Amino acid sequence: MQIITQLLFLIALVAGIGFFVRNIRRLTRNIKLGKKTDRTDQPGKRFNKMARIALGQSKMVRRPIAGILHIIVYLGFIVINIEVLEIIIDGLFGTHRILSFLGGFYDVLIAIFEILAFLVLLGVIVFWIRRNMTNIYRFLSRELKGWPKNDANYILYFEMVLMLLFLTMNAADYQLQLNGVPHYSSEAGIVGAFPISQFILPIFDGMSNATLIIIERAAWWLHILGILFFLNYLYYSKHLHILLAFPNVYFSKLEPKGKMDNLASVTEEVKLMMNPDADPFAAPAEGDEQEEPDKFGASEVTDLNRIQLLNAYTCTECGRCTAECPANQTGKKLSPRKIMMDTRDRIEEIGEIINKKGKFEDDGKKLLDDHILREELWACTTCNACVEACPIGIDPMSIILDMRRYLVMEESAAPNELAIAMTNIENNAAPWPYNQQDRLNWTQEN
Amino acid sequence: MAEYMAEGKKPEVLFWVGCAGSFDDRAKKITKAFVKLLHNAKVDFAVLGTEEGCTGDPAKRAGNEFLFQMQAATNIEVLNGYEINKVVTACPHCFNTIKNEYPALGGNYEVMHHTQFLKALLNEGRLKVEGGKFKGKRITFHDPCYLGRGNGEYEAPRDLLRSLEVELVEMRKCKRNGLCCGAGGGQMFKEPEPGNKDVNVARTEQALEVKPEVIAAGCPFCNTMMTDGIKNKEKEDDIAVMDVAELIANAEDL
Repeated sequence: MQIITQLLFLIALVAGIGFFVRNIRRLTRNIKLGKKTDRTDQPGKRFNKMARIALGQSKMVRRPIAGILHIIVYLGFIVINIEVLEIIIDGLFGTHRILSFLGGFYDVLIAIFEILAFLVLLGVIVFWIRRNMTNIYRFLSRELKGWPKNDANYILYFEMVLMLLFLTMNAADYQLQLNGVPHYSSEAGIVGAFPISQFILPIFDGMSNATLIIIERAAWWLHILGILFFLNYLYYSKHLHILLAFPNVYFSKLEPKGKMDNLASVTEEVKLMMNPDADPFAAPAEGDEQEEPDKFGASEVTDLNRIQLLNAYTCTECGRCTAECPANQTGKKLSPRKIMMDTRDRIEEIGEIINKKGKFEDDGKKLLDDHILREELWACTTCNACVEACPIGIDPMSIILDMRRYLVMEESAAPNELAIAMTNIENNAAPWPYNQQDRLNWTQEN
Repeated sequence: MAEYMAEGKKPEVLFWVGCAGSFDDRAKKITKAFVKLLHNAKVDFAVLGTEEGCTGDPAKRAGNEFLFQMQAATNIEVLNGYEINKVVTACPHCFNTIKNEYPALGGNYEVMHHTQFLKALLNEGRLKVEGGKFKGKRITFHDPCYLGRGNGEYEAPRDLLRSLEVELVEMRKCKRNGLCCGAGGGQMFKEPEPGNKDVNVARTEQALEVKPEVIAAGCPFCNTMMTDGIKNKEKEDDIAVMDVAELIANAEDL
């Protein structure tokens, strides 16, 4: 019997991890659909930023209530996962609380796990109330209707159930130890300290040891199977941020926020135009593999770079960006969060086609128009409030800019007034139709 | 600048006036106020005059990278031709573009926003700033996105205001959380998308919450947007919108 459960556990573990590896492979394959970009400079600075912002959660606490609750859940997640290590060893070898040889330190560990589990439970309940019962601006946007709202709640339910299972498992285990049941009881006396789950004990009053064992085993199994399930839920959920926040912050922009990249493809064209020796009729050089020049800007996710796609997978839809966006606050359609969600939805669409057909086949859809509307793109003031607000270094503005570049340089589809301003700049070097020769007139006026 | 070059002299700094500063009636007043301060501090400066052209900021942010790089190439040719090392400008958009986006295209200069430059003059003792008629007045500063969030400069304009001995009050949304005036990203030159409010009105409401006598700005576009916002709220008789340079120049009636 014992060996069969160990075998079952091994199968569950291998299946869970195997499926997770498959998901990660798909994820990296999809991100690699984006254009290469180099963000590996200054590793020291990047590492530091990652330590502060991702590991240290420094930007989370800018909204103190959500931030502190998040730190509790985050700490709980990391610390309680040490317990998962013990669960895995116990599961594989049929042992009971293998780490209990640590003695007093083990008691402290279990006590910390229990207290954290309880705090996480409370935190998650408050999160649920905030999300579902209060009127917080960033949770009311139209892009959160349907799956995104359910996804957020599923995660919360999941965490509640996992914590309850963990505490129930401990309580039943404690009772079994107190009852001196073989396999559970140890010569060293009671192993582990149970500051929270001891309060569950009264529920077990009058239960037989056999029932208690069933409860303990059921909680133990459901807890670990739940964790394995959750691990695989990540890829389909906004919860992916727990993994991707780290690389995402690492690869985030180090330069001043105001700086936007200069398109290299355009620089080439401008150099050609400015070069009096350039031959306008020159045939491409022999052996020049590139048949057509780079597309300007982005109308599809594959025109974006890999960092931008990583950004999209990392987004946890908290909406801090949208709450700070001047366009969104004044009722415009633009929501930086929606830009990220749309980008992810579109990569997933393309990924699904590749999964089914082995390669991408045109499905008649694009990121532009089918997901992100022109009206959204033109509402952006490029104020960087969304970039500043993101607690994990996502840059929605860079996607907006790349899509504007496509609209203007590939489609000449700028709003009319903007097109006029651009024509003015082209003709008389100012966005208004004033003669460049009048630039010094102010010195003559009073 | 051409005259300096002809005489074989080099100015201490090039004042990049910008399109708004050259052509917009309101912004020209800021230009003149800043020039008064430069004269007052005996700064040897030059302007490009008719050789200056739009930095390309609105074009770039509207998506016209091509036009931006054409403007940049032209301006960099001119600036490098005159061997310019140091640039000061009263427009955060010009400041950001020349400082951050020109270097990769061959234009490397030390670039300062006029509030940073004035603060340096103040620290060096070349510029005397005293409260004058603004002493004790309730003033709030609206952070321009491309000075504040864009380049991390929140203190230079505030330090200048403090040296005017004003009562500096902060809006609910300030510094890195400051709300945009609504003009950036090319919005200055177009009508806003449909919504329930204009951004400049929303920002003006935040300013009105702290009941200022003056809203200080550091950008010609913010200045326009806030002035329009104040007019929208029919407060133009009670509240002035002024650039930091104007406040300093007017304090002493220069």
